[in-house]
Amino acid sequence: MAAMLEVRGLVKRFGGVTAVNDASLDLREGELLSIIGPNGAGKTTLFNLISGLEPPDAGSVRFMDQDVTGTEPERLARLGMARTFQHGRVFANLSVLDNVLVGAHTRLRAVRPAIPLLGPLLELGLAAIRPAAVRAEEEALREDAKRILTLFGDRLLPRIDNPAFSLSYANRRRVEIARALALHPKLLLLDEPTAGMNQTETVEMQEVVHDLKRSGLTILLIEHKLEMVMRLSDRVIVMDNGSRIAEGLPQEVRSDPAVIEAYLGHRETGAAAPAREDVS
Amino acid sequence: MNMPGLGAWFDYTVNGIVIGNIYAMLAVGLALIYGVANLVNFAHGSVYVVGAYVGWAAITYLGTPLPVTILCVVVVCGLVGVGIERLGLRPLHGSSRIAPLLATIGIALVLDQVVQLIFSPDPRAVPMQVPEWRIPIGGGTIGPLDLLIGGIGLASAAVLYGFLRFTKLGWAVRATAQDSDAAQQMGVDINKVNMAVFAIASALSGISGLLVGMYYNQINPAMSFEATLKGIVALIIGGLGNVPGAIGGSLILGLTESYGIALFGTSYRNLFAFVLLIAMLLWRPNGLFSGRSSLPPEPMTGTFIARSRPFRIPPWAVAGLIVAAALLPLLNNPYVLQIGVNSLLYGMLALSLTLVAGTVGQISLGHAALLAIGGYTSGLLAMDAGWPVAVTIPIAGIVTAGLGTLLVFPAFRLTGHYVSIATLGIGEIVSLVILNWSGLTHGAIGLGGIPPLEVFGYDLGSVEGTYWLCLVILVLLALLQLRLLSSHLGRSWRAIRDDSVAARSYGVSGNRYKALAFGFGGFGAGISGAITAHSYSYINHETFNATLSVLALTMVILGGLGNVMGAVLGATLLIALPEAFRGLAEYRILIYGLVLLLLIRFRPQGLMGTV
Repeated sequence: MAAMLEVRGLVKRFGGVTAVNDASLDLREGELLSIIGPNGAGKTTLFNLISGLEPPDAGSVRFMDQDVTGTEPERLARLGMARTFQHGRVFANLSVLDNVLVGAHTRLRAVRPAIPLLGPLLELGLAAIRPAAVRAEEEALREDAKRILTLFGDRLLPRIDNPAFSLSYANRRRVEIARALALHPKLLLLDEPTAGMNQTETVEMQEVVHDLKRSGLTILLIEHKLEMVMRLSDRVIVMDNGSRIAEGLPQEVRSDPAVIEAYLGHRETGAAAPAREDVS
Repeated sequence: MNMPGLGAWFDYTVNGIVIGNIYAMLAVGLALIYGVANLVNFAHGSVYVVGAYVGWAAITYLGTPLPVTILCVVVVCGLVGVGIERLGLRPLHGSSRIAPLLATIGIALVLDQVVQLIFSPDPRAVPMQVPEWRIPIGGGTIGPLDLLIGGIGLASAAVLYGFLRFTKLGWAVRATAQDSDAAQQMGVDINKVNMAVFAIASALSGISGLLVGMYYNQINPAMSFEATLKGIVALIIGGLGNVPGAIGGSLILGLTESYGIALFGTSYRNLFAFVLLIAMLLWRPNGLFSGRSSLPPEPMTGTFIARSRPFRIPPWAVAGLIVAAALLPLLNNPYVLQIGVNSLLYGMLALSLTLVAGTVGQISLGHAALLAIGGYTSGLLAMDAGWPVAVTIPIAGIVTAGLGTLLVFPAFRLTGHYVSIATLGIGEIVSLVILNWSGLTHGAIGLGGIPPLEVFGYDLGSVEGTYWLCLVILVLLALLQLRLLSSHLGRSWRAIRDDSVAARSYGVSGNRYKALAFGFGGFGAGISGAITAHSYSYINHETFNATLSVLALTMVILGGLGNVMGAVLGATLLIALPEAFRGLAEYRILIYGLVLLLLIRFRPQGLMGTV
């Protein structure tokens, strides 16, 4: 079966720095693939290339059997790709509910007729007049948004009308994931969903991602917390200095010498370490 | 188009370089300020006017020789620059990036008005302090003033180069421009650097004003706005923050204008400048001298939304206010009612701007152009095509919606400061096209004898009639806007404002929803302009000027950005309050400037809270 996401030879340079160098990956439906690597390895840049925020200098991306290399993010959203951001980009002045509803934007049908040129004008008119179909659609999306928010227990539900800027950091990350789920994505890109979370919150988030995986959602995950990666992933890709240095099952990757070196330091420095100890 | 002879071309070239030198002294300061403070200083042209008047006063009252005159200008303008930094920049540290820009607009209003109050708005002639001879070269001539301006330009550039290159403070300036956080950690006193840069930039701007006064032998307080704009255009051509680029950009602008005048005539001069500005913003926003063609990422988004919980007025209170407004004509006081009409007309403009600037976060500085489009559409259709006013007003709304959206459409991919600069330029272009397209718009004569308001045979030309009409339209527009804000459009617009990248990732297309906002906003503003035209019965290309755009923005910030009730309240307060204190009429603009400054500093969320 063809992969849902096919990435081939992506390259991205910023000035003299090659942030992503010849990155390739395949993601099959229902799979959870993790990308790990030290800070600055190019993981987030790879996400930005896949999700259309930055055009690659070379290489290609195919999603749902369509070439989406360097395409605009709006189109990827329509095709069913949703992503979260490393530093939590919620809409600060919107309520929790409205944040999630923006995530459902591509699912609006009744109020956004797909007619060229006239479509936007009809959308304005329908938003003002609000016939029964439009109201029903909005109501259904609101119910769905509330259902999604229940995934996070009582973390978000009591704050549903609060503006996002009033939320804690962890809750903002949760809102981001709820917003992504409201798109009803075929592919979910999670960029460090547990960054800045404490142990309890991390375990909670791990359960949420685990449930999403069990429900059959295809997930591409960037994560630093290796314990979580090892438990959740079907496969793991390790990046360092913009390049893929290892790929395989979680256990295989864990014992790969190249990976250990990337995480714990390079061989030369490692070898030099005892000598330096003597000096100090 | 008539082709001048070779000698005349030489003169035009000399003129272009001289003007370019004058622009360079403005643009270099703007580039320095942008470099260290990430701020486009809209008060720069006001300092230039201060320089021109200080020079004029020194020569006229003290009879100073040229070097002393220049020294006076440098000292006074340097101090004004220090004041701008203290008032407009330092207290706003940590607020949104657009806040200092708006503060400099407020300072500009205040400075211009103070100059006007001290020296009167009448033009003054600056006594010539150089001999009158001219050297013939080829078929053209070159005079001592040309040489003096060139010399001062070169000398300033050399002094500046030496300062940045060889002094400790100059190093600090360059370090701050590269990375202000890192510079601060290395012990650079950022406040001192900013203050020095503002002082230097303002001194250069003041000298520029003095030289312009000598070159054209005339100064007036109104020339500040044009100076700011020209400096900004030169800055954008050279690339924001690029000091040598600013000099290059200024020479290009000066020559373009000079040759443009040679080929097409004086009234096209500014049109070239602004078309050049928009073209640069669209195709080379980093300037001609930068390798990159894409916009540099802004450190923060340019929205000016203070985090606040809006103050909600219960529906019964809103209904009560509408009834009270409807009963105003019973007072039988035409003066009060006329103020009411003005408030309502400005209210429509503020509604439109609060949607664009507040809800969608596009701080437009050219909103008055929408009034002009509406006023001219309705006026021309009624006068030249003879259509009934009841038809031309709604058509004016639709035309403004369409044309306004089309004009700003190319600027939709810009963010933050660039949006403000682009809309300002587009607004000026609209006014200049109206001035120059005489075949359609009657040109500089303006539209006289526009038919009065009349709907299906009912004469609404009286103050009461106009008031009723405006009240009904304003209430309808406000209700419609509230309804749209409560739909999916409201959250989509606000999502674009809060984080356009995240919004796009969820399929909320910036272009589509910005276009809808400008379209709906343009409709209301167009109707306001049309009614204004019919009730004034005369408009010209200056009726709806940039000051009006700034006034509208002040109203909107006063009410609370994005807040529908706030927009109406802000318009009413800013129109009615100066009238309530009739003795203050002369200080009106000064009051607007101060209100804007105080709001940005102490209550950025406005009276009713941002939405």
